[in-house]
Amino acid sequence: MTKTRTPGISRRSTLALMGAGAMSVAAPWVARAQAKTIKIGMPTILSGRVAQLGTSSRNAVMLEVEKVNAAGGLAGRQIEMVIRDSKGQPQEAARVARELVNTDGCELLLDGEASSGSFAVHEVARDLGVLCIHTCSEASSLTADPKQHIPNAFRCVRQGIHDSIVGGSYAASIAKAKGLKKWATCSPDYAYGRDTTGEFTLYLKRFAPDVEVISESWPKLFQPDYTEVVTKILQAKPQALYSCLWGGDLTSYIDQANIYAMFSQMEVFAVNMADYTALTVVKNLPKGIHSGNRYIKTFPTTPENAAWGDAYRAKYNEYPTNWSWQNATAVMFLAEAAKKANSADGKKLAEVLKGLTIKCPFGADGTVTMRGDDHTLVGYAIGWGTTIPQEPYVPEVKAGDWKTIFELEAEWKKSKGYT
Amino acid sequence: MDLDALAGCLASSACLVTQTTSGLIIGMLLFLVAVGLTLIFGVLKVVNFSHGAFYMFGAYFAMTAYQLTGSFALAMLAGAAGTAVLGLVFERVFMSRVYGADVLMQLLVCYAFVLIFDDVVRLIWGPEFKAMGMPSAFQVMPLFIAGGVVPPYYLLLIGVALVAAIVLGAGLSRTRIGKVIRAAAHNPGMVSALGINTGLIYGGVFALGGMLAGLAGALAAPVRSLTPGMGFSVLIESFIVTVIGGMGSILGALIGALLLGLIRSFGSLGFPLFTEGLMYLFMVIVLVSKPTGLFGKEAA
Repeated sequence: MTKTRTPGISRRSTLALMGAGAMSVAAPWVARAQAKTIKIGMPTILSGRVAQLGTSSRNAVMLEVEKVNAAGGLAGRQIEMVIRDSKGQPQEAARVARELVNTDGCELLLDGEASSGSFAVHEVARDLGVLCIHTCSEASSLTADPKQHIPNAFRCVRQGIHDSIVGGSYAASIAKAKGLKKWATCSPDYAYGRDTTGEFTLYLKRFAPDVEVISESWPKLFQPDYTEVVTKILQAKPQALYSCLWGGDLTSYIDQANIYAMFSQMEVFAVNMADYTALTVVKNLPKGIHSGNRYIKTFPTTPENAAWGDAYRAKYNEYPTNWSWQNATAVMFLAEAAKKANSADGKKLAEVLKGLTIKCPFGADGTVTMRGDDHTLVGYAIGWGTTIPQEPYVPEVKAGDWKTIFELEAEWKKSKGYT
Repeated sequence: MDLDALAGCLASSACLVTQTTSGLIIGMLLFLVAVGLTLIFGVLKVVNFSHGAFYMFGAYFAMTAYQLTGSFALAMLAGAAGTAVLGLVFERVFMSRVYGADVLMQLLVCYAFVLIFDDVVRLIWGPEFKAMGMPSAFQVMPLFIAGGVVPPYYLLLIGVALVAAIVLGAGLSRTRIGKVIRAAAHNPGMVSALGINTGLIYGGVFALGGMLAGLAGALAAPVRSLTPGMGFSVLIESFIVTVIGGMGSILGALIGALLLGLIRSFGSLGFPLFTEGLMYLFMVIVLVSKPTGLFGKEAA
């Protein structure tokens, strides 16, 4: 015969609860051991068209957090990640960030938002004074503009201006070697597309002054059909084309341009091509598209980078993205800063993070630095190369020169009135 | 505004051929989606707001069939047949329950299914974008006609859409089933009283509409990236087509779609920053001068 227990709390549970209560009074470290974990909040995009990037950010963070926790945590405190979906909407990103700190008790923030959302999260960090590391926004002004500067926010992301300087210089060297004077551009019609294209052509013309842009196309973001754009570019008969289309838009464009044999009629420079999300999806990837590196496990060509890419793939059964390496680097910075500060306190970590150089698989020379004066990442591997249709997709990447980047970046900041 | 470029193009046969075929391609795919929408409205008097989902499913069905069999023909068949079945089930199980309800209720049901279908795609195929890839038979150099560039795949695409338009037009005007469908659109009560199963007609028309959108999705799959929610932008343009052509008119859908395609292809040369705006401007002009659309009939 089975016994049915009356609902409500049993005598045995009451005794257990009383015992636990007595223990926590008599031995407070037992209770404190629970609070010893440190919660890190992370708003990112887990639904909608760019969900893949948000998911890959979450994956990379969890991969690194596991390592940090296994090694004893952040200054002895185990990390507990609280990751929420912002749906890619700035107002939702700000709301989630505020809730993570105020309601969930997160002591640090990793901001896994695209540019639009990251400015909103930045304002929350300004308001609450919590340490915040931006891990996805490439918009240069986020850290270059002194009006945005706050002592508790850092950016652990590649930067649009760095990419434009390296891209412009690389494209100019090809333009000079092959005599490419007539250029066309085709980029998505929103802030990122307009800014990046403007900066790229600025540096292209600086390094190769006789280049002329003879046709511009601005298809809208997520446009399904590019036929009229492709044919318009073919009519203009340029010698080279620049595009900062990305993701599904870029793969659609390539498929549609391919059947017009566009890639045999001009040199194509697509800054966002060399990312596994696009490389592995395009079925008939043309040979010889010039692209900037996003994340590729063969650049930098170090065993550490290859091992990291393989470890990520082994765990998640897909390749990491550009957002992945940036998020992983942010966790590496936190771990190193906590070691140096011997604390997980946000203010102390911020002090140590300024100017901190760490060993990193994604560094141009095996290290990356969080620059002290504008709180932004420098020294990461950055370069351009040409594609082939199968692995390793971009066999040789020509690395950008950080000395030139620093010089031209300083000039650019001056021209913008930032310094 | 770059009127010189537009004038230069109109004076050159190469440009004229390239841009005209470009317009036909955009227009024909749009026609396949819009004609289903207009057919369903014409017979069932329902604005099928979830119509874009059938375009999306057509593309995903075709991609999966192509991956499994490697046959382009089977991929097209899977896209069309799969969405026809889906359309029939959707109409019989859900839409048939809201025919008598007010427009808001019909709209809500359709919108709910837009979200549900997107999530179903996300669950089955994942949230990331996919590509079907161009079949090797069409990975050939484009044809040069009078100096203009025309990809062979797009010729097939225009041909298939044209055949669909002719079969549909002839089928509705010259066959017995076509007559019954037109009668059901005009007076369903009388058709029912004559012993014809109107439920079957409604289901069949919905399946046909879904099939045409699915075929458009399957034809677009080799050249467009596949994502959950991909049907939405196509739906908006299809609505513009049906408004321009006249709700319920098949000829109107054809003319409307082709005009829109040509506006896009030539507009991108002359008005590169206002190509989208041109489509809406044209719609406004049509609505002001002929509120029922170019081929729409006045309500009795």
